[in-house]
Amino acid sequence: MSEPPISRGFRARKRPDGPANRVPPGQHLVNDFPVLSAGPTPHTSLEGWSFTLEDGPSPLAEWTWAQFAALPQTTLKVDIHCVTTWSKLDTNWQGVTIDTLLEAAGLGEPPELFTMIHCDGGYTTNVPVEDLLDGKAMVATHFEGRPLAPEHGGPARLLVPHLYFWKSAKWARSLQFIAQDEPGFWESLGYHIYGDPWREQRYAGD
Amino acid sequence: MPATEAVAAPRRLEWLTATVTDVIVETPRVKSLVQDVPRWPGHRPGQHVDVRLTGEDGYQAQRSYSIASAPEAAHLTLTVERIEEGEVSPYLAGEVRPGDQFELRGPIGGYFVWTVAAQGPLFLIAGGSGIVPLMAMLRHRAAASVAVPARLIYSSRTFGDIIYRDELDRLMARRDGLEIVHTLTRSQPAGWSGGMRRIDREMVASAGFPSSQRPRTFICGPTQLVEYAASTLQELGHEASLIKTERFGPTGGVG
Repeated sequence: MSEPPISRGFRARKRPDGPANRVPPGQHLVNDFPVLSAGPTPHTSLEGWSFTLEDGPSPLAEWTWAQFAALPQTTLKVDIHCVTTWSKLDTNWQGVTIDTLLEAAGLGEPPELFTMIHCDGGYTTNVPVEDLLDGKAMVATHFEGRPLAPEHGGPARLLVPHLYFWKSAKWARSLQFIAQDEPGFWESLGYHIYGDPWREQRYAGD
Repeated sequence: MPATEAVAAPRRLEWLTATVTDVIVETPRVKSLVQDVPRWPGHRPGQHVDVRLTGEDGYQAQRSYSIASAPEAAHLTLTVERIEEGEVSPYLAGEVRPGDQFELRGPIGGYFVWTVAAQGPLFLIAGGSGIVPLMAMLRHRAAASVAVPARLIYSSRTFGDIIYRDELDRLMARRDGLEIVHTLTRSQPAGWSGGMRRIDREMVASAGFPSSQRPRTFICGPTQLVEYAASTLQELGHEASLIKTERFGPTGGVG
């Protein structure tokens, strides 16, 4: 299509919408933290919680909640971008980076090039390994200095802030290394396989 | 598209031009926009679209809105609640009149979806404008003339805030297996016979289906309502995999 139709009388209410170099195309800033999930919020007890690294079907390492909390912690201050078009700047997270998990598992390098994240409630999402390394991602347990609330993914969610936020899977329980990229839950339902907000990769084919 | 190209890359969802043909005032804060959308590919009840507005100076803004119309309807209809501090909804639910144009693309979302092929029973719980995607399901059910047992619990602030009130009355008057329970949380008119409180466990248990009937359950509304209803249903023995949710926070998905 050439020129978009003009919507008569529509104008910006408040612009600029934050610093332009921090708000991806088609996004707008919010101050609250909207909740979006496909099903009921799981309430997993910390006693029953564990986080697992897997190579295909084989477990590589597993941490209980206490063991996970004892791993070296990292804080990240990042902007997050939801595919439903809201963005939120300067959010503060604490958790364990994927680099730290690999090191703690005694892995010099990741066994495969892709990953699938598995969650309580059956949710999955796929992320290439290189998007998880070098401090780019963590398994987060705290948001703004407090334990992560269940509706926001607590006890622990993946945090991959440079991709659309559906990739930052709530209620994460395992990170599985896989040889070939495969679509996760939303990626099988029409959402983009990679999800880069700066290239506006919202849906398949974008 | 030539067949030879139909193999590899998924087809991109194209931006289409929507022309508003009718504006229906649903409540003081909510309007439905009936549209003509050439090349609209069709949808399933529960899906949504992305809407993109372009101002005369080229400024653009986009948001997601649920589809209110049934797939069987001749026109695509979106129902939009005005969020005062928003940028897009005050325009769509305020200034738009027939003949106005904007872009949309979709349908989007394939999980929060019900068609008659999925059978039932169908159990719907809505708060405020969360009724919109559920209305697409009820309109589809009526258009398909199936008697799948269906129940709706719909929470609104006041009588005047009930979206689709007359149409919901008409749907229930068909006596085809649909039961609707309204509850009004802020004030009730004289002689009101519906609920007078927020959706609670007793309401969910008495107005819903027992878990043994394995209802397909869809909950849409503000986060607090969705969290409460979904966890209550699980306490009542409903399987998590049969409960699908969409949350409309103050800005989540709308605005």
